Amino acid sequence: MIRVSRRRAPLVFALGACGMAGCGPLNTLARDGTTASSETSLGWFLVIVSCTVVLMVTILVLAAWARSRRRQTRDDVVFTGSSGLPWIAWGGVVIPSIVLVAAFLFTIGTLDAVAAPERAPAATIQIIGHQWWWEVRYEGVGPAQGVVTANEIHVPVGEPVRLELSTSDVIHSFWVPELAGKTDLIPGQTNTTWIEARHAGVFGGTCGEYCGAQHAHMQIRVIADPPARFQQWLVDQRAPAGQASAPSTADGLRVFMTSGCANCHSIRGTLAGGAVGPDLTHIASRTTIAAGALPNTEANLMGWIVGAQAIKPGSDMPTIAVPARDLQSLAAYLETLK
Amino acid sequence: MATIAPISTAPIERLHETWESRPGLYGILATVDHKTIGKRYLVTAVIFLIIGGIEALVMRVQLAHADTHLLSPEAYNQLFSMHGITMMFWYASPILSGFSNYIWPLMLGSRDMAYPRVNALSYWTFLASGIFIYTALCIGQAPNDGWFGYAPVSLQPYNPGLNMDFYALGLIFLTVSTTVGAINFIGTVMKMRAPGMSLNRLPIFVYGTMTASFAAIFALPALTAGCVFLYLERQFHMHFFDAAQGGSPLLWQHLFWILGHPWVYIIVLPAMGMVSEMIPTFCRRPLVGYPYVALSTIATGLIGFGVWVHHMFATGLPAVSMSFFSGASFLITIPSAIAVFAWIATMWLGKPVWKTPLLFAAGFVVLFVIGGVSGVVTAAVPFDWQVTDTYFVVAHIHYVLIGINVFPVIGAFYYWIPKMTGRMMDETLGKWNFWTMFIGFNLGFFPMHIAGLLGMPRRVYTYPASAGWDTVNLITTIGAFLFAIGVLLFVINFFVSRRRGAFAGSNPWDAGTLEWAMESPPPPYNFAVIPIIRSRLPLWEDQLGDETPGMIPGEGHSHISEGAVLAEGRETFGTSPLEAEPLHVLHMPEDSLWPFLLAIAMLATAYGLVFAQWWLAILGALGTLACLVGWLWPRHLATGERA
Repeated sequence: MIRVSRRRAPLVFALGACGMAGCGPLNTLARDGTTASSETSLGWFLVIVSCTVVLMVTILVLAAWARSRRRQTRDDVVFTGSSGLPWIAWGGVVIPSIVLVAAFLFTIGTLDAVAAPERAPAATIQIIGHQWWWEVRYEGVGPAQGVVTANEIHVPVGEPVRLELSTSDVIHSFWVPELAGKTDLIPGQTNTTWIEARHAGVFGGTCGEYCGAQHAHMQIRVIADPPARFQQWLVDQRAPAGQASAPSTADGLRVFMTSGCANCHSIRGTLAGGAVGPDLTHIASRTTIAAGALPNTEANLMGWIVGAQAIKPGSDMPTIAVPARDLQSLAAYLETLK
Repeated sequence: MATIAPISTAPIERLHETWESRPGLYGILATVDHKTIGKRYLVTAVIFLIIGGIEALVMRVQLAHADTHLLSPEAYNQLFSMHGITMMFWYASPILSGFSNYIWPLMLGSRDMAYPRVNALSYWTFLASGIFIYTALCIGQAPNDGWFGYAPVSLQPYNPGLNMDFYALGLIFLTVSTTVGAINFIGTVMKMRAPGMSLNRLPIFVYGTMTASFAAIFALPALTAGCVFLYLERQFHMHFFDAAQGGSPLLWQHLFWILGHPWVYIIVLPAMGMVSEMIPTFCRRPLVGYPYVALSTIATGLIGFGVWVHHMFATGLPAVSMSFFSGASFLITIPSAIAVFAWIATMWLGKPVWKTPLLFAAGFVVLFVIGGVSGVVTAAVPFDWQVTDTYFVVAHIHYVLIGINVFPVIGAFYYWIPKMTGRMMDETLGKWNFWTMFIGFNLGFFPMHIAGLLGMPRRVYTYPASAGWDTVNLITTIGAFLFAIGVLLFVINFFVSRRRGAFAGSNPWDAGTLEWAMESPPPPYNFAVIPIIRSRLPLWEDQLGDETPGMIPGEGHSHISEGAVLAEGRETFGTSPLEAEPLHVLHMPEDSLWPFLLAIAMLATAYGLVFAQWWLAILGALGTLACLVGWLWPRHLATGERA
């Protein structure tokens, strides 16, 4: 069964946020991926330095306040006093320069460390952004060839995986915090990045660049499986959909073909070959629908088909008027597409 | 030529007659008095602050809990876009222009800004462009692509309404206001200072606005070009940003951020300058490290042009160029650190008197540092990949914009309103005001850092309960409302002071700079005689004597109560840029309706362009041209009158 990873942040956030840190599925300070791990170390270094600086300055301001209460001079007297230049020399130049040079070197080092994986990638995955879902295509020879899915990426544990990011419409940004920081999907270019999950599990992600009305509902999941299981997943995904031989599923397929679904969606192994929406050949194997807007259950599927515009207003999925009986067979059929 | 006379013998009545605007509608629309224009700027900008604040509160209600559907996604997206645009462009910069407009001539010892009619034009176009952009909200087609309007979401196929046409044209329109305003400030600082006010005697506030004005002149063309491209692409199907036709969406990002990052400094440097005026006054000593603070102001303005790419670290740029912009973004911390320690040292080595303006200034120092470090960390490219476009960055920009702009601005109101109205603000209410805002602000905005680190992206109209962001968001919403109450206390205090405030006199804080020399509110002509300046703090010379900073031994003291009268029409001195030697007597223009009419004609053009009513656009353009011709038409002068 799939488990949503909820890793605890390694340190408790310094400024009184103890109760909140480390419990979100998108936690940037938790780490699992090789890239995210370096980014997280740098992040903690910066957070700690920042908090120290803020604390020091706050103490100085408060101390100045406390000193002023002890001073006995009259308020209407002005004076020149000492030049105060050592304050500027030390506080304004020397100490910040040391800290900044250290931070810069740490940055450059991290940049170098995450630039490329140490080993050749075990797989290359094309990710194509759409308003508002992710198309996922596995490239290359062997079992991966021809695998097309949506909103969920399966990767082998402990292996670097290369991602080629492009978009069919506007700018999106691929972001799975526990595995890697953001890389944008930009029209007219293909950006590449790589991820490596160190442990099996599900890693949540979301679109990181505002992309229109439903930017809020554009989640992606990375599911890291042991290599053997990953290979089996590829084999399963490559297979076309099973024959809809049972009467109930045949009826569902009929509804699918006659209600307009096939204009936009593909189910390999049937005549449905639409290329607008996500490929549904193995929709039942996915954990969510509508790019993470709903868990993938039969009830939610039915609700989505007849109420897409209420759930995700502005998306390309129209609200489809299907009679109740047909809706049930349609959903039942889709749930067979493991 | 100028007669030298003490104030007592200056022809006060004649000065009054010459400089006062006519009463009635004509005077209201035609005035070029920098003080009137400054006050209009301040009031209008505060109204935009309140409108933008209400937009924010509506959004905070939506985000207080998971899965709230008070607003539709489209409504939410328009609100956050309008909130950002309003605060960035129609509040943060104009409010500082308001202070500079009002204070500069008083501080510099001049009777007006260099180009008074341009000054009026700058205000009228600011107001007209604000009305224009809010027309969009009234018809439900407000900009909906965030304040930085990325392509291709901004383009026709993804955004067929008028929303982004309003964005493009509204910003171009506002650019006119900001550009002519900046030219006016530069002209003023170069030519309009009192004799003897050499560059080393300029208040830091003047350095702040001057640097911001230079930065605006160089940065704004990038935005204007981008917005013209955007309009042409949307309206006439050109292809600047459309990758499928050979355009580039990243072109927009570069153009926008070449403006966008310097813009941040444009809207904080004058505010930092105001703090550099308030802290010495209330710490009873001159600012520590004056030349270093002045130079760091200019350095910030310059380096600010070399960091824009740190907004684009996730776009797949080569590592070498990212390293360069990372380094520049770290470097820009140094001038800010210098300023921070100059303020702290002034407080430490002075004798702070904790009046409301100093509370705001001290609070600002802390918020400045928080907003500073949360920005510096985004210079670290790999960390930026994690936090960019999350609530961490939302927290950061609010610490910068509220911490470094709103807090100094409210402090500056407490500081300078006695000069503007002649009445003090209430101190007790002022302290309540400060603490409500300070606590509300930190309660509201600090948790946003945590929401961001917990992975909450910005610009989401709702979020699922499973994300675990409920608590932080609820705290933020409560803090935001508390902060809004703080702002409300300020507004209340203002009206209370108008009716019941104690009379301020000329110099209620016993400050050292020149704007406190004349009575409050200042007369229309500012100075009965043009002062001669011999130090940086002319009003403290009595107490500090020869130790007054900027004083040259043997040169003598400043002359404030006697000097040149210059009462043959609207006259003031034109002085040399470096040493402020008087070069000539400048004859300043009379009131004029042309700036107002020009702004109206431009507004008509903008409406014509946005609704694609070409007849109106052409009519407006012809009207604009006619107004310019009328404005510049040479006039016959009556005997004795000067040009």
